[in-house]
Amino acid sequence: MSERANDHYVAPVEETAPQAIDSVKLGDRKSNLWLDAWRDLRRRPLFYVAVAIVLWVGAMALFPTLFTDVPPNNDCLLANSNGGPEAGHPLGFTRQGCDVYARVVWGARTSLLVGVLVVVITAAIGIPMGAIAGFYGRWIDSVLSRVGDIFFSIPYFLAAVVVMSVLSQYRNVLVISVAIGGFAWASLARILRAEVLQVKNLEYVMASEAVGRSRFSTLLRHVLPNSLTPVIVYLTIALGAAITAEATLSFLGVGLGSDVMSWGNDIAQAQTSIRTAPMALFWPSLALTITVLAFIILGELVRDALDPKARARR
Amino acid sequence: MLMYVVRRLLQAIPVFFGTTFLIYFMVFAMPGDPILALFGEKTPNPAVLEALREQYHLDQPFIVQYFLYMKDVFTGNFGTTFSGQDVGDVLARTFPVTLKLVIMAVVLEFLLAVIIGLISGLRQGKFFDNSSLVIALVLNSVPVFVALFLAQYFIGIKLGWAPPTVGANTTWAAMFLPALVIALTIYVTGMRLMRGSVIEARDADYVRTAQAKGLTSRRVVPVHIARNSLIPVITNTAASFGALIAGTTVTEGIFNIPGVGRTLYQAIILGEGPTVVTFVTILTVIYVIVNILVDLLYAVLDPRIRYV
Repeated sequence: MSERANDHYVAPVEETAPQAIDSVKLGDRKSNLWLDAWRDLRRRPLFYVAVAIVLWVGAMALFPTLFTDVPPNNDCLLANSNGGPEAGHPLGFTRQGCDVYARVVWGARTSLLVGVLVVVITAAIGIPMGAIAGFYGRWIDSVLSRVGDIFFSIPYFLAAVVVMSVLSQYRNVLVISVAIGGFAWASLARILRAEVLQVKNLEYVMASEAVGRSRFSTLLRHVLPNSLTPVIVYLTIALGAAITAEATLSFLGVGLGSDVMSWGNDIAQAQTSIRTAPMALFWPSLALTITVLAFIILGELVRDALDPKARARR
Repeated sequence: MLMYVVRRLLQAIPVFFGTTFLIYFMVFAMPGDPILALFGEKTPNPAVLEALREQYHLDQPFIVQYFLYMKDVFTGNFGTTFSGQDVGDVLARTFPVTLKLVIMAVVLEFLLAVIIGLISGLRQGKFFDNSSLVIALVLNSVPVFVALFLAQYFIGIKLGWAPPTVGANTTWAAMFLPALVIALTIYVTGMRLMRGSVIEARDADYVRTAQAKGLTSRRVVPVHIARNSLIPVITNTAASFGALIAGTTVTEGIFNIPGVGRTLYQAIILGEGPTVVTFVTILTVIYVIVNILVDLLYAVLDPRIRYV
């Protein structure tokens, strides 16, 4: 502590104008980073579009029967194979004669579940790793950062391919989420560590320790909450990326089992008849793209809203 | 500079052993017979099983297995692929093709990022700026394999402007379409970096000085603004180089480009687990090496980094 003392200059009382305190009007509207960000977001039309898409896909995932009463797996008639749209089947049929629209609706559940699980796993590993490495420094930082480097240096898609190849008997939603999130956390840990390194030298952190709060409690109460901005942005975008990763793995045949309804599986199956029936490939691809886009736009808008400099520039 | 190079190379050693060990650990420390697990539902022929057990030294304790495997890797003995070809030979044949594809994609990405980023930065908040961002984000959210299918179907099959698959004809022209698709799906990051640094440079003192002494924007924009904004874009592009070499699996698979990625793609599709592990390891090692080179490039471009 003692070596820090000289770095900080405290203005003598006579230099601090006491009127400054009186000029704060208590009636002014409250303002902090999150409130400002929220006010900013509410003024941007794209925000409503992105939220509407996320809610819509979320509703499809939770209550698919609200959107379609055609069973997606049964009632598939090979007579309808690759058939065009007809009454009650607005998007036509797959190669197996299943209703494309019903499969797109039911596939939302798998994609969103994988996205959410990956984000939970990434956060559960990445936040403690990054926060502890950045806050405690010294050998703890060296050890945790080297471990992070190793995970960071294996492209997470390739790592997931290996995990899914080894666990070929257990291709379910949980395993694929662990395979993706188990490696994706390293980027989050790096981002959070860099942020914590900046925040931990701020005056309020020192004040918290000066009044006797323990190191760990300071980390939890003061440092972490003030370092979360980039984490939230990263996780929002990571949710979209995880959905893409699942679809790509399923497309390669090392994702979810072919009996699971997912957009990736449907695209993989439609791929074989791309020349004759491209629309069966188009619709699940469109659903996938729009969902990922909604999360990316949400992440970008939140990034802008949480950055006062970017707000001022606009 | 020399100190920096030495330090960076020393840092790479634990990463190198860590990554290879981690992959090896994921495969061979699993309970049960790892070789059988890698085959999934297929039943391999006993001779193949025996050869693989031999290659991976499965009669030894786990840690000994790993070091024997590393010894093989360092002596250039990567083993054989599923169909019996020497992995070293396959790499010598396929790596140049992958490199060609990735170089083309990276150059296109760089050009898109610089040109669109520069115009966006100069017209900040205007129609071009907003619409180019939305377009780039849309392109960025299309999963690569979907983008490739769309390009293959519309440009390759429907319009016939480019060959829908590449095959043995690996000329620059034949691989232009897949390279362009890759570039279009990733240029958003570079574009935003360029835009950001152009906006900063526009208000910088040296730009005001240049304008004050009467230089026209024909000279100020390329020489004073653009050139000084390039460093973050260059470093970002260099970083995507490594990621792309490791990530061409899907691209090469769909466009049938005979590179390293397609070898992995086919091994994945056919469920040839041991070959998958070999090529993932090789691609990871290449990724680690490229990232070291990229870091050294940063240090050349930006001397401040050497002293961090």
